[in-house]
Amino acid sequence: MNTVTKPPRTDERQLHPEHPTEDPHTILHNGRRLDHAEGSSRPLKSRPEPQPRGAKVHGNRPVDQAEAAARFIASPEHEKMHDARLWDLRQKRDREMHAIPEWEDLRSLASAIKEHTLTHLDHYLEQFEASAQANGVHVHWAADAAEHNRTVHGILKDHGARTLIKSKSMLTEECGFRPYMASVGIEVIETDLGERIQELDNEDPSHVVVPAVHKLRTDVAKVFSETIGTDPDNSDVHYLAEAQRTATRPLILAADAGMTGCNFAVAETGTVAVCTNEGNADLSANVPKLHIASIGIEKLIPRLEHLAVFVRLLSRSALGSPLTQYTSHFRGPRKGAEMHIVLVDNGRSQRLAMHQFWTSLKCIRCGACMNTCPVYRRSGGLSYGATYSGPIGLIIDPTYNARKFSALPFSSTLNGSCTNVCPVKINIHEQIYAWRRELVRQHEVPFIKTALMKAAGELLSHPAAYRAAIGAANAVLAHLPRFVIYNGLNAWGKHREVPTPPKQTFHSWYRSNRGGAS
Amino acid sequence: MRIGLFIPCFIDAYAPEVGIATLELLERFGHEVVYPRDQTCCGQPMSNSGYNAESAATEALFARNFSGFDYIVAPSGSCVDHVRTKFDAIEQTPEVLEVRSRTRELVEFLHDIQKVDAFPWATFPHRVSWHSSCQTLRTLRHEKMSELSEPFFSKPLDLLTKVSGIELVESSRPDECCGFGGTFSVFEEFVSAKMGYDKVSDHAHAGAEYIVSADSSCLLHQKSCAQRIGVPVKFIHIAQILNGANS
Repeated sequence: MNTVTKPPRTDERQLHPEHPTEDPHTILHNGRRLDHAEGSSRPLKSRPEPQPRGAKVHGNRPVDQAEAAARFIASPEHEKMHDARLWDLRQKRDREMHAIPEWEDLRSLASAIKEHTLTHLDHYLEQFEASAQANGVHVHWAADAAEHNRTVHGILKDHGARTLIKSKSMLTEECGFRPYMASVGIEVIETDLGERIQELDNEDPSHVVVPAVHKLRTDVAKVFSETIGTDPDNSDVHYLAEAQRTATRPLILAADAGMTGCNFAVAETGTVAVCTNEGNADLSANVPKLHIASIGIEKLIPRLEHLAVFVRLLSRSALGSPLTQYTSHFRGPRKGAEMHIVLVDNGRSQRLAMHQFWTSLKCIRCGACMNTCPVYRRSGGLSYGATYSGPIGLIIDPTYNARKFSALPFSSTLNGSCTNVCPVKINIHEQIYAWRRELVRQHEVPFIKTALMKAAGELLSHPAAYRAAIGAANAVLAHLPRFVIYNGLNAWGKHREVPTPPKQTFHSWYRSNRGGAS
Repeated sequence: MRIGLFIPCFIDAYAPEVGIATLELLERFGHEVVYPRDQTCCGQPMSNSGYNAESAATEALFARNFSGFDYIVAPSGSCVDHVRTKFDAIEQTPEVLEVRSRTRELVEFLHDIQKVDAFPWATFPHRVSWHSSCQTLRTLRHEKMSELSEPFFSKPLDLLTKVSGIELVESSRPDECCGFGGTFSVFEEFVSAKMGYDKVSDHAHAGAEYIVSADSSCLLHQKSCAQRIGVPVKFIHIAQILNGANS
């Protein structure tokens, strides 16, 4: 029998002198250190990499996504974390998918339910309104962002409300709601942690589900130190989250009104279903005596039984978890409280009439297309300069403003992964392709590109000219010194080597080896 | 069979060895392979950029060059995808539709039409990592897609495992796009290059000596990226391996 002698234990401090043995930022709970992957890490000792900011937006001028993406990539810590974090969500999504044999059937079913609802939207909207009113809810209609903001302001004014707590809502981002509220002197407090970070940093959400995913812990530490007075050098996640909770809870308890978005609005029951992981929709809806829910008209589903299909798909697609921690059903006002619903169009009926693009209204805002998009993961959501980023943004944003977002459909390799992960089967990459044609048709493309493409079309349809051009280009390339090839004007050569042209083309090889008339 | 050999423009100009291997391979199976001399391109560069009208003349030329063959075969997934699933800048006459439906990417042709069961001449004693181009993977459906719940299948790996001595390794993100994307590679060069760097590094981490693909455009882009950041990995088109190249 062999006896195993244990090697003498090496002192941890000898092995890793760079690790401090006592973490001054440890947060203890019942005598034990709170611990998970991020919580257990230590604050960076060196100066943290500054956060790259999003696209430069100048009024109606086309947003240059590529420029902002380049700055994001030039911040390697951010880019690496962002790519890894979102790819991790994609992998978790895959695992959840494999755990459900009927996954593809669920997607087809969800897509069909949305298709049915959107093609009978007038009927279901009226049914929803009637159901909600029967539940004692006040229902308002808003044609656009401005009317939405005015309507909400009107309700708040009627109740003398000065402070509003709200849960995350992409619709309110779309409406420019926070700036509007600031302009009329109402304080808005976001209750979703990520969205609160973005609010305090005066920055838009970069992702529909994880709004601050582009930020490192050190970025959050900086924002909190400047806004709620935390230690700027402490980026421990528990410390930051706890500080935020301590700062925000009193505001939540004292708020005059609460607001939520809506994930699914059930026509038959008038139910507003909101899915969160922090329970913050419940705080927003249940703490104050006034609850306002803003709902995009595409959020409707006919019956409560349909909700089950979407709830099974939503969080699995978004975060790779079987369910969100909370799926809250708000059906009517609490005793002594009021509930208002604002049904918002803001371009949706117009999009419904676009035969190539209307199915984008099926979107349930899960963000799966963003998580899987290799361009999005390396660019950051703010590079799109729009409310909706990533693949779904490329096809939705131009419906709001074809000029401003004219470059976005080109920020894609058309790889098609987005279409495959979409839980409601929107043909996203085909719509990106269709948008390119549409933008060319509307002349919303740079002149130089048009000139280039016209020239390419000419050359490639004239074999003799084409042959001459290939021969000349390769002959020139083979003899150019490196500094001529690798300069600022050659986009290929800035970050890649330029391929060495072979001695002969296939065409000339064929002529010399297989003969025949050319 | 009488086969029209379609050699896309970048293969003609930058990777003639891929065209030669394709021609020789098809001839090994006894086909009459014809290379129409007036061919240029399928129109994809213009159409992919939204300029469909600008690709009409090129598409018309393609249809003229390739009408009347039993099959049109090309060693390029993205070009075949354009011909088969897009290619609508010109009137869809019966002749045009015939050309489109008879166009096959090489792997498809060998796997589905030729149904090859052996490549006795092929030996490739190297560790290779397969790269699916997005069009072969998600439009032409060469392989199972990781995003969908579907059973495993792979036409290219079926073929490659018939080559003696070959050792296949798998990268951690096998169906992530390499970032070429046609004009994307120029208009969005930072992201394109970063995707390429990540892709070749991923293949290299998997232990690949060679990156193998059915798309020369992906290979060209990845090779340029690998050379720039110094990843010591080599590149070869599947046509060359199946035709008996051994390095």
